[in-house]
Amino acid sequence: MKLREIAHARTGDKGNLVNISLIAYRDDDYPLLEQQVTVQRVTDLFASMITCPVERFCIPGLGALNFVLHRPPGESVTRSLALDAHGKTLGFVLLNIEI
Amino acid sequence: MKTIRIGAGAGFAGDRIDPAIDLARDGKLDYLVFECLAERTIALAQLAKRQNRSPGFDPMLRMRMEAVLPLCVANRTRIITNMGAANPEAAARETISVAQSLGLSGIRVAWISGDDVMHLLADHASHDPREHLVSANAYLGIEPIVDCLRGNAHVIITGRVADPSLFLAPMVHEFGWALDDWTHLGQGTAIGHLLECAGQLTGGYFADPGFKNVPDLDRIGFPIAEVSETGEALLSKLDGAGGALTVRNCKEQILYEVQDPSRYLTPDVTADFSTTCFAELGPNRIHVSGARGVERPINLKVSAGFAAGSIAEGQISYAGVGALPRARLARHILESRLGWISPGDLRMDFIGIDSMHGAALSESGREPYEVRLRAAGRFFDESDARRLMHEVESLYVNGPAGGGGVVTSIRENIAMDATFLSRSLVRPTIGIEVAS
Repeated sequence: MKLREIAHARTGDKGNLVNISLIAYRDDDYPLLEQQVTVQRVTDLFASMITCPVERFCIPGLGALNFVLHRPPGESVTRSLALDAHGKTLGFVLLNIEI
Repeated sequence: MKTIRIGAGAGFAGDRIDPAIDLARDGKLDYLVFECLAERTIALAQLAKRQNRSPGFDPMLRMRMEAVLPLCVANRTRIITNMGAANPEAAARETISVAQSLGLSGIRVAWISGDDVMHLLADHASHDPREHLVSANAYLGIEPIVDCLRGNAHVIITGRVADPSLFLAPMVHEFGWALDDWTHLGQGTAIGHLLECAGQLTGGYFADPGFKNVPDLDRIGFPIAEVSETGEALLSKLDGAGGALTVRNCKEQILYEVQDPSRYLTPDVTADFSTTCFAELGPNRIHVSGARGVERPINLKVSAGFAAGSIAEGQISYAGVGALPRARLARHILESRLGWISPGDLRMDFIGIDSMHGAALSESGREPYEVRLRAAGRFFDESDARRLMHEVESLYVNGPAGGGGVVTSIRENIAMDATFLSRSLVRPTIGIEVAS
């Protein structure tokens, strides 16, 4: 099953940080997110564009996880040459993984 | 129990104006807040002001004020905005000019400055020696805004102020919360954070057809918070306005642009969003409660802007049979012709293939119907920037078969870094103008 079936996400940014919130559609699915969408898994997924391990914050009260990705200084929002300088599209990469 | 109604009139500098007009007319608002200052906006405004290319405030200020000022005056709604950008004083004078042209005499427009701390950071260096500092603005908190509200200002115009503070200030003013009442300041900051992106709370940036459907997104309405003195709020939008205000949407927004949700730092409080509770009281009516806070940070965050050259870009499309091999050939030709650019300052993408996340994350194997080749480079000399644009354009005649739709562009690039400064070094100042 794709993660997208049970969770939604929104991506934001600040400086050279990108955050991806991952929110269970049903509160009952939150433990599955916590168990399956690990720091290691998300770090591996975004390895090509980050400098250090992903940080993960658990917010069980909201049925949500928050992932923080660190990008290299030259790739910060305001210095990036990328079309999506903010990285706003990244949440949908995460939603595409199999769980 | 005392309550106040705060509407979000804009979530970014380029936001739509119609939803704010609707709120000003029908929202029964006590306050209408326009958040129009992105990280880089103030630095661009500082630079333009210094080079006499603009007065330094938001270019849409006049248009927004003309649209909402008469309605806000008629409905006793006070306006708070950071549209002052690099020149709040001039923005206040412009607002006075709007008021006078509309025959609205007696309007009091306050401005807040002192966020410009360039003089304190003059020797602040970038990690890239080619860049130089052009602006430094500290994030101010609620205190000067509260002072202006006490001074009976109808409109308050600021420069760099933390976004949630624009919303928290009227709560503190109306409810008399102490400046060390961390719980209430944390709750009010959570409400401000939810509102600050305006339409993002009412279904903007949320729709994912088949998974998250949003009705009438084309005429999306902006949110209203009815805040009570206990620090809880009822979030809603105007009846009949498009969009959707749901618990799911609120959860996305409370975590938007947040790192540690239990320690969201503002000049006013260290807010804890992790305990926030949302409850749906009816369609498009969400109750928010439970956020908290602890003592505010000692230092203020400062956004430092650096002139980081200009970014030039050129794009060309290939379509139909063999689109991708022809686009690859075009890329190879460009790489050869642009070999003088350092690899760190040049980027090439195949739009439709790998332009968002690079080859490592993109799916391959499918032959696309069309591909758009994009070359982007950073330059500190404008003639070099023009060479990149010229090389892409010349692919028409000197590149692979069937290239079309060349577009080139160049833009000034301002890069931002965050640093911190003791709050004792930053002195906000307040002024007031009255329309005759």
